[in-house]
Amino acid sequence: MGKTIAEKIFDAHKVDNPSGDIRVIQLDAVFCHEITTPIAINDLVKRGKDRVFDPDKIKVVIDHVSPAKDSKTAVQGKILREWARRHNIRDFFDIGRNGVCHALFPEKGFVRPGYTVIMGDSHTCTHGAFGAFAAGVGTTDLEVGILKGVCAFHYPKTMRIDIRGTLQQGVYAKDVILFVIGTIGVNGAAGRVVEFTGPTVKQMNMAARMTLCNMAIEAGGTSGICHPDETTVKYLWPFIKNTYADKASALASFQSLISDPDASYDQVVEIDVSDLTPRTTRGFKPDNVVAVEKMEGQAVDQVYIGSCTNGRIEDLRTAAAVLKGNTISEKVRAIVSPATPHIFQQALDEGLIKIFMDAGFCVTNPTCGACLGMSNGVLAEGEICAATTNRNFNGRMGKGGMIHLMSPATAAATAIAGHITNSSLFTN
Amino acid sequence: MYLGKDMKNFSGNVLFLDRDDINTDEIIPAKYLTENTKEALAPYLLEDMEMEEFDPAIDIAASQAIVTRSNFGCGSSREHAPWALEVNGINLVIAESFARIFRQNMYNCGMLAVEIDKATLDRLVTRFAGLGTTVETDFESSLFTFASGDIEEVVPFSISGYDRELIHAGGWVNYADSRY
Ligand code: SF4
Repeated sequence: MGKTIAEKIFDAHKVDNPSGDIRVIQLDAVFCHEITTPIAINDLVKRGKDRVFDPDKIKVVIDHVSPAKDSKTAVQGKILREWARRHNIRDFFDIGRNGVCHALFPEKGFVRPGYTVIMGDSHTCTHGAFGAFAAGVGTTDLEVGILKGVCAFHYPKTMRIDIRGTLQQGVYAKDVILFVIGTIGVNGAAGRVVEFTGPTVKQMNMAARMTLCNMAIEAGGTSGICHPDETTVKYLWPFIKNTYADKASALASFQSLISDPDASYDQVVEIDVSDLTPRTTRGFKPDNVVAVEKMEGQAVDQVYIGSCTNGRIEDLRTAAAVLKGNTISEKVRAIVSPATPHIFQQALDEGLIKIFMDAGFCVTNPTCGACLGMSNGVLAEGEICAATTNRNFNGRMGKGGMIHLMSPATAAATAIAGHITNSSLFTN
Repeated sequence: MYLGKDMKNFSGNVLFLDRDDINTDEIIPAKYLTENTKEALAPYLLEDMEMEEFDPAIDIAASQAIVTRSNFGCGSSREHAPWALEVNGINLVIAESFARIFRQNMYNCGMLAVEIDKATLDRLVTRFAGLGTTVETDFESSLFTFASGDIEEVVPFSISGYDRELIHAGGWVNYADSRY
């Protein structure tokens, strides 16, 4: 019997099998941010175990509230900063060099095919785009990861989602993943790894694959995962060129990881996206997904473009293409947060920031900011936001606020119109 | 292998929360995620939860165990939810079902999250809710004894061997530290 990519990764990292299908696995990377890590650090200190398993495998960023908004968030940053210094964690990204974790760490080349990665953050599944097993965990799991470099999981069951069909102009990975979640539901992938395969995924660039994997958790998945291929090698080449003789040998090595043809899956879902139109959500559950035209005319108060789902340069280019030569409606305010300093710099160099500002956007530094309702665009009670983020839970962007999830193109068009509408790039 | 010295206490007064889908935002609102100690969460447990005949200010201080319905702990993965219970001396939650991450977080903290079938829960709620009930947990024999006045009911439970070891160890940090 063949194995899935997730099974191969687990078998290659097995440390222990304490009982049943529980596997303790070795970790290749432990990622940390300032919201969930300080309590783990404080607990380690209290236990007299203020140690790290390997300072080079721990990557740390202050990203959720950046720069600090008040004394409490300043203390969270301080705890993280001092800890990184005392353990010689070289990859620590402080204010100014920081970006949204799930955009920054891939950009730095920290994730490789076959890796095992944890973080105290539910969207850690994003990194599965590289063919890694990457899962969000609680703070105690994070604490043990920091101390011992291991984590316990159930041996992975996999749900495979085969996606075929060429996306229409103006339809993006975000529309695909919203459609998938709408189809399988918020518990559709519960307790399983979601493997995204098929010709449509094969054609996607790494940014699009990250958008897909990012929202696996919104369907209850433990992680998303894509098969590493030429696109993965090309993205990672600057970071791996000293490890492999050439791209072909890197590819050969990575492809030994991909799922065997006779691997067994818990469930296989086939989706054809040829006729897919842009999607958005209504209500407070991410599986309440509808075509944008169904929501046409729904007024919004705020538009937010950014986050680990859609704050990458490809997203800003798309939004800017819609915005160019237009100004946003008098009735809305709009915010864009490039997800990393590198993306910000690229957007400056390419003239995108000027397009956003000419259109009337507020351009903020890289941060999670409004995505989790802690800073940089919190909603007032009763306000509505069109957002390129990933969660529309009640109160997510501020108590009593409502979020409609959508692609950057749709968000930009919505900012111009002042209400939810399809972008000019979508000409069906 | 463990002496059980870090094992928590799972007996005491029972707080009945007779509702499905109590989420992590209700258990501990997101605005308290900026706290840097577990203890700081203590005053805010279940602060925003609205339920008839429930007053967090009175009911929490008097309780050491919660009996509730299905899908308890759904929503975000924040471990602040079990911590907020722990720092209030509540180490035991009995429910029809739990959200996966919440349940794992409980055992990782050496806390007990036990599933009991709906029929038994219905009976416990009918017999005991509102009466001032205690639960006595015999962890080794896997038995809960609910009592109020002269009414008593013994309810057996089952958990996996691995979860049992996490409880004996007082959580995943102790367990992993002694083994890996
Ligand atoms: S951008 Fe939003 S979803 Fe992504 S890591 Fe930050 S808070 Fe979480």
